[in-house]
Amino acid sequence: MFKRLFLLPALAATLLTTACTEPPKTAATLPILGERDVRPRADGGPADTIYQAVPTYQLVDQAGQPVTNQTFAGRAYVTDFFFATCPGICPKLQSALLTVYKKFPTDPRISFLSITIDPEHDSTAVLKDYAERLGISDAARWHFASLGDRAKSFELANHLLTGVVPDSLAPGGLAHNGVLALVDDQGRIRGAYDGLNAEQVANLQRDIPILLAEIDGRKKGVAKQ
Amino acid sequence: MPRRSLPFAVLALLALPGCFSNNRHQGERLYVQHCASCHGDQGQGLERLIPPLAGSDYLTDHRGELPCLLRNGQNAVIVVNGIGYHNVMPSNKGLSPAQLTNLLNYIESHWGNEAAPRTIHDVEKQLEGCR
Ligand code: HEC
Repeated sequence: MFKRLFLLPALAATLLTTACTEPPKTAATLPILGERDVRPRADGGPADTIYQAVPTYQLVDQAGQPVTNQTFAGRAYVTDFFFATCPGICPKLQSALLTVYKKFPTDPRISFLSITIDPEHDSTAVLKDYAERLGISDAARWHFASLGDRAKSFELANHLLTGVVPDSLAPGGLAHNGVLALVDDQGRIRGAYDGLNAEQVANLQRDIPILLAEIDGRKKGVAKQ
Repeated sequence: MPRRSLPFAVLALLALPGCFSNNRHQGERLYVQHCASCHGDQGQGLERLIPPLAGSDYLTDHRGELPCLLRNGQNAVIVVNGIGYHNVMPSNKGLSPAQLTNLLNYIESHWGNEAAPRTIHDVEKQLEGCR
């Protein structure tokens, strides 16, 4: 399920689908990552490619408010996984995401979502304190949220391209990588960046406006119809 | 006696410069390996989550306690440059007194910090007083 080889097929697929379903675009388009299904069409026409969106989730954020896929409907967001007492990579990862956040602090088209993988410890109060200490006062801009269940958090992390495994040798008892995932208005993952690598964090900053322009374009298209 | 110690003195002199520069690099290496992910490449810390080391008044005000802090870690309210922090600073039980000395000397001579260098002897004594 969590494979690294999704990248190339996904890239190839984007090139193909854009070629046959949409007029050629002048601006660069981000690839669609994650799993996809190719379904033969009943009428024998060209097969449809179905991209799997991020599965549905129900989180509670630092303000005690529910956060679901619907919270981000029609908008883009960036996710990562962390825990408040994480002695390993989290501070660096959150510091990277904070850098990106500061480029778009008030743009309503994009928001931020950090999900805890230690829900037993990271209560709403802990998440609130953490967010405030990071300098985030508006929970709607950057949600620090919990699924309430550890196993489910790991599963969602995998869907968002973060590998997590309990590891007694890892600092804090959890080994995980530091992926920042960029999700589009339809819940599809459009980019995955190593939050510990400055160059990739810069790529994320570069890609967000490209995705926002694409979403703006879709909205205009809908408005015209 | 003096005759016998002469070759040793020469040896020691030769060894010293190499030894110093190695140690200085060891401090930096240890910092990158054990500390930078939290305190930052430039000792800048992270907002109000992780206190800075660059320009930290804690380093000067609590100089004698730092070897124990690094060895045992800490998870309490701590005030650095007037700002309260409270988070997990992990322990570093595996670091020897020599390594702790090099690490502290690195931190205390970078990013605007200018403390007098520590000797291993000082650090060993301070470690004996750890709670
Ligand atoms: C997991 C993140 C983390 C790591 C790794 C870490 N620290 Fe800390 N450090 C902290 C936190 C958090 C505090 C504040 C502790 C508290 O609230 O009790 C702190 C406090 C300190 C302080 C005293 C306050 C100040 O800022 O002057 C020093 C000195 C320090 N750390 C040095 C180090 C050194 C040296 C290393 C590497 C051996 C290191 N730390 C590794 C998180 C970390």
